[in-house]
Amino acid sequence: MSAHERLSAAISAAKESGRPALVPFITAGYPEPKDFIATLKDVASVGDVVELGIPFSDPMADGMTIQRSSFIALQKGVSLKWIFDQLDSAKGEIDAPLVMMSYLNPLLAFGYDALAERALAAGVCGFIVPDLPFEESDDIRAALEAKGLGLIQLVTPATPEARLRTLCEASRGFVYAVTITGITGGDAGLPADLTNYLDKVASFSDIPVCAGFGIRVPEDVAAVGKHAAGAIVGSALVEVLERSEDPKPFLKALLGS
Amino acid sequence: MSTLFAADEAELLLDAAIKGNMPDDRGRFGPFGGRYVPETLVPAFDRLEAGVKEHLHDPAFQAEFQKELREWVGRPTALTFAPQLSKAWGAEVWIKREDLAHTGAHKINNAIGQALLAKRLGAKRVIAETGAGQHGVASAAACARVGLSCSVYMGAVDMERQAPNVDRIRRLGAEVVAVETGDKTLRAAIDEAMREWVTDPDGIYYLLGSAVGAHPYPYLVRELQSVIGQEARQQMLDQAGGLPDVAFACVGGGSNAIGLFHPLLGDDIELIGVEAGGTGDGLGQNAATLATGTPGVLQGSYTIILQDDDGQVQETHSISAGLDYSGVGPEHALLQATGRVKYISARDDEALEALEELCATEGILTALETAHAYAAARDYAKQNPGKRILIGNSGRGDKDMPTLTKLPARIRS
Repeated sequence: MSAHERLSAAISAAKESGRPALVPFITAGYPEPKDFIATLKDVASVGDVVELGIPFSDPMADGMTIQRSSFIALQKGVSLKWIFDQLDSAKGEIDAPLVMMSYLNPLLAFGYDALAERALAAGVCGFIVPDLPFEESDDIRAALEAKGLGLIQLVTPATPEARLRTLCEASRGFVYAVTITGITGGDAGLPADLTNYLDKVASFSDIPVCAGFGIRVPEDVAAVGKHAAGAIVGSALVEVLERSEDPKPFLKALLGS
Repeated sequence: MSTLFAADEAELLLDAAIKGNMPDDRGRFGPFGGRYVPETLVPAFDRLEAGVKEHLHDPAFQAEFQKELREWVGRPTALTFAPQLSKAWGAEVWIKREDLAHTGAHKINNAIGQALLAKRLGAKRVIAETGAGQHGVASAAACARVGLSCSVYMGAVDMERQAPNVDRIRRLGAEVVAVETGDKTLRAAIDEAMREWVTDPDGIYYLLGSAVGAHPYPYLVRELQSVIGQEARQQMLDQAGGLPDVAFACVGGGSNAIGLFHPLLGDDIELIGVEAGGTGDGLGQNAATLATGTPGVLQGSYTIILQDDDGQVQETHSISAGLDYSGVGPEHALLQATGRVKYISARDDEALEALEELCATEGILTALETAHAYAAARDYAKQNPGKRILIGNSGRGDKDMPTLTKLPARIRS
């Protein structure tokens, strides 16, 4: 099984057990770099897949919470190289497959071939790149696919239908369905017409669909879980970590357990 | 950077640039440019690109645009011979006076053009970013003129050092949104404007102020600013009796420089862009992107940026808010890589000295941004006596009074 197929399998397994898959997002090395692996293990003990945010100086698709966590992690010296070193040291100890969420420039600076090699070795199965539209993605996609890693496409409620088909077909691991027209960390609640949108995305996808943005409470997870295979929880979890609270009870509660 | 291409490839790329065949269909200026934006904005960029194709060179749009440039902006702006500066420098110095354009800088050319476009594209409201505040003022004025509401995103640091412009933007009926994130200057303002755009990609028109960002902005802004170089070229022929040997323009994002340089690319004129050298050569001490940066993706475009080895974008320093930017327009990256335009920098203190000299000799209070071009031109003149020099005077310096009054007054020599 390739790395991106492991992602799909982990999400499908949760769905088949009768609940939505939970994909928690943490900013790597936040709030304290020394606690990174411990936090990751905690989060991975509940989550089915963990999304690791790579800090970036210009997080233009993120709201205040993730901007702040990203900024602080950078100030404390977190870098992609450091994250890979940490993951290497914890090889085999993390209970969920990982995906990395990174803006393009840190990946470009790392070099795509080196990135794919280190990611595979570190147990990373895929990448989400929020400022990389499909049209600009040939080079990194080829480098990742050569190692069996997935480039996960985002789709949004603003995506026209023809484009939606293209993106769903191109995506590997899962399809990331952005629930709202906006940035991460919104607290305005989920839009009412989510059902049709998520059903449409799912109908175009051979791989599982995970919904993200604005998912904060158990009701949100349950609501998207009816129409998507998984729910991605980012800012709300980062806020828990910001308050130095244990993420496990928060994540378990999201699943209603 | 000239090692980026083989010589024959550089020649082909430059030839395409001169003939106006850049950017290509994918928004590329050779390897630079492109469109790196969040998925939510892709349909909005597609619509914008289609709108630019449909309207920008449409005779009806051009007639409206040219009429506004003539009757509202006050174009053509003057070309001024600078006799005293010429004497002091041992050169023949000509100044293209964008400071005389309505609202006091070249920014208005782009702002009114895009505001007219926004209207045609059915935008409900306009957002804009600003560094020095000139683009904010220009956007506010242009939106008032065409009847669109406008919000201007401005870094908190810039709001302080360009306070008069904050007030002007508000008087012109626009809202000023203080940006407290990131470096609190131009780069953070662009990030924040993009975040706002993502919330309503259908209703918002983003009026980007420089020749930076994702395609089609670098192209659109260049086309709207090229009036500077077109006029200057004809005025040089008419008033000076010939083209200049060399032309200077300051470069932050690079909109006034591309506006001046683009129509001159095919002429036998040395072109020199001047970036902010800040207080020194160290990372973070300047905004000399092209001189010291490396290729990367920032705010939608693959271009030259100031970054560390991990690809983190670096903060910059310049006394001038308008040059204080970690990236540069992708067409400048190409023009540097092909060797057609040379990019150098002038330090804060050199710019200030040049500003004072221009005040004293020609009675022109230029913007701190523009002063960098004078500083570099003066150095050049001393090393190359007897040249005919054209300087793009991108804006006036009234907005810089808060910065200037904090400095000790100098004695005129």
